[in-house]
Amino acid sequence: MDTAALLLSLQLAAATVAILLPAGVLIARFLATREFAFKPFVEAVFALPLVLPPTVLGYYLLVALGADSLPGRGYEWLTGHTLVFTFDGLLVASVIFNLPFAIQPLQRAFEAIPEDVLHAASCCGLTSVQSLWRIELPLIGAGLLTAGVLTFAHTLGEFGVVLMVGGSIPGETKTLAISIYDRVQGFDMAGAGLMSLLLLVFSIVAIGVTFVASARHRRRHGSAD
Amino acid sequence: MDRPTEGLRARLRQQRPIPLAAELACAGGELLALVGPSGSGKSTILRTLAGIYRPHEGTIAVGGETWLDSARGIEVAPRERSVGFVFQHYALFPHLTAQENVMQAMGHVPGGERRERALRLLERTNLAGLEDRRPARLSGGQQQRVAVARALARDPKVLLLDEPFSAVDQITREKLHEELATLRRELNIPIVLVTHALDEAVALADRMSILHRGTTLQAGEPAQLIARPASPLVARLIGLKNIFDAEVVGHDAVRRLTVIRWAGQPLEAAHAPQFAVGSRVGWSIPPARILLHRRDRPSRGDHENPVSGTVVRCLRLGDMTSIALSVVAGERSDIFFNVPTHVAQRNGIAPGAAASVSLLAEGIHLMPTAAAPTPGVEP
Repeated sequence: MDTAALLLSLQLAAATVAILLPAGVLIARFLATREFAFKPFVEAVFALPLVLPPTVLGYYLLVALGADSLPGRGYEWLTGHTLVFTFDGLLVASVIFNLPFAIQPLQRAFEAIPEDVLHAASCCGLTSVQSLWRIELPLIGAGLLTAGVLTFAHTLGEFGVVLMVGGSIPGETKTLAISIYDRVQGFDMAGAGLMSLLLLVFSIVAIGVTFVASARHRRRHGSAD
Repeated sequence: MDRPTEGLRARLRQQRPIPLAAELACAGGELLALVGPSGSGKSTILRTLAGIYRPHEGTIAVGGETWLDSARGIEVAPRERSVGFVFQHYALFPHLTAQENVMQAMGHVPGGERRERALRLLERTNLAGLEDRRPARLSGGQQQRVAVARALARDPKVLLLDEPFSAVDQITREKLHEELATLRRELNIPIVLVTHALDEAVALADRMSILHRGTTLQAGEPAQLIARPASPLVARLIGLKNIFDAEVVGHDAVRRLTVIRWAGQPLEAAHAPQFAVGSRVGWSIPPARILLHRRDRPSRGDHENPVSGTVVRCLRLGDMTSIALSVVAGERSDIFFNVPTHVAQRNGIAPGAAASVSLLAEGIHLMPTAAAPTPGVEP
């Protein structure tokens, strides 16, 4: 068992969720409640990581974040080191490739709130922030949980993008999924098996929790309106 | 439409996507019903008053404040308009208890007083003891009461009710009608009720505004509208069935009567000298102004506009029987009226039977024909 890789993966997944959930809530709420030109195009861009091969996404991120790119140079100027092949670079990539896993369940959850409930909040005198905090967030609980669990689990398992952007630097960018690959390459099937089993069990538990929580949330609020 | 400025005044105009050409006025303490079929724009008008729908052009003034004036670029956000809005399906916050729902509308009340005031409002709407229940655990009528309490919690300058009785059963509806009638006596703000149920509007409203495709066709007191609809279209929209067209044949200023020719016979109608002799007019008569002649002996009113025909439909509705009498065979000239069931039985009223009625002259109301010929009676 590669404990360092496990810890790194957990750290990356937690940081990704911490960044992506608040950002996802704002993006999803905007997409769910506003109509504007090119909305389908914007939605498609956010959904792109679902269909794009991870290595292709990884390649473009490598180019976009690399030392020759504007963001890469800006980051190097600020911190003194490059963005690619570091934990920070991996985190940026992780946030990007998880966008649809966070936004889609959140957007569906916002869309499920009846329009008149939002109008009622306005007519009660609630500001947009008060409405989000007191009315909408409690009603999208299941969507929040689903978005969090999917993002976390997907980060633990992502391979292609991580390898392209992070390489495989132990303690820095070598995640559990890459460690499994390395063990298989080194004919350590027992080590790979143990770590695979860990990811398998975690994934089953995570998905199970999401389904149970969604069902409970629906039972609690579903028939109210 | 001269109303005190403390009330509500609105003028809304737009062509698309929903045509609007509406003018509303409602004084404080008055209940104005917006009546019209589905798609007549009545809910859109209510939403415009609340600010959750934005018309192309218009003005809205409530209690001396201007909420909308498109010409001057004034548009107050919904949350800054002091409105109490009861939505058709109540739109309660499902994750909050009845009391918490009411408290959401109390941003203007000091924090320490909110709980107490919410309890008092729930008591006033007959919900004492249910304040800790979530909406899913309340009946339809109870949910409606929470919605009313929440609307009042804002201390609104206008109360807007969007078909608030449509989602409850008949018995609950009657109870809620009584509660609203009681409540409005205590409120000195304009109340605007959207409904498609005419009986509801007649029972609750001081004034009615008849809407069709976003346009105000006629506004006035319910009794006045029913007796004197401005056009055959208004007559149809308020549910009158006896709508026909005829030709004006003369005016009698002394007896204050106008004579029209309908179905080949002269009829005396309420005096309407504005219609020229020889012109076509629409006319209507409420069922209550139609008297069935007794078979055994003629009565005093029989000489007034006697009309004979064949009973084509006879529907017994408990103590009352609803009758359709065809005056000219093969034409749409059916006259609809109601009589007590025992009267119908005693006079042998049955499909195919001959019968005579009197159309009381003061009940015959003349109105301009629509641009298109009035089709007579819609079955």
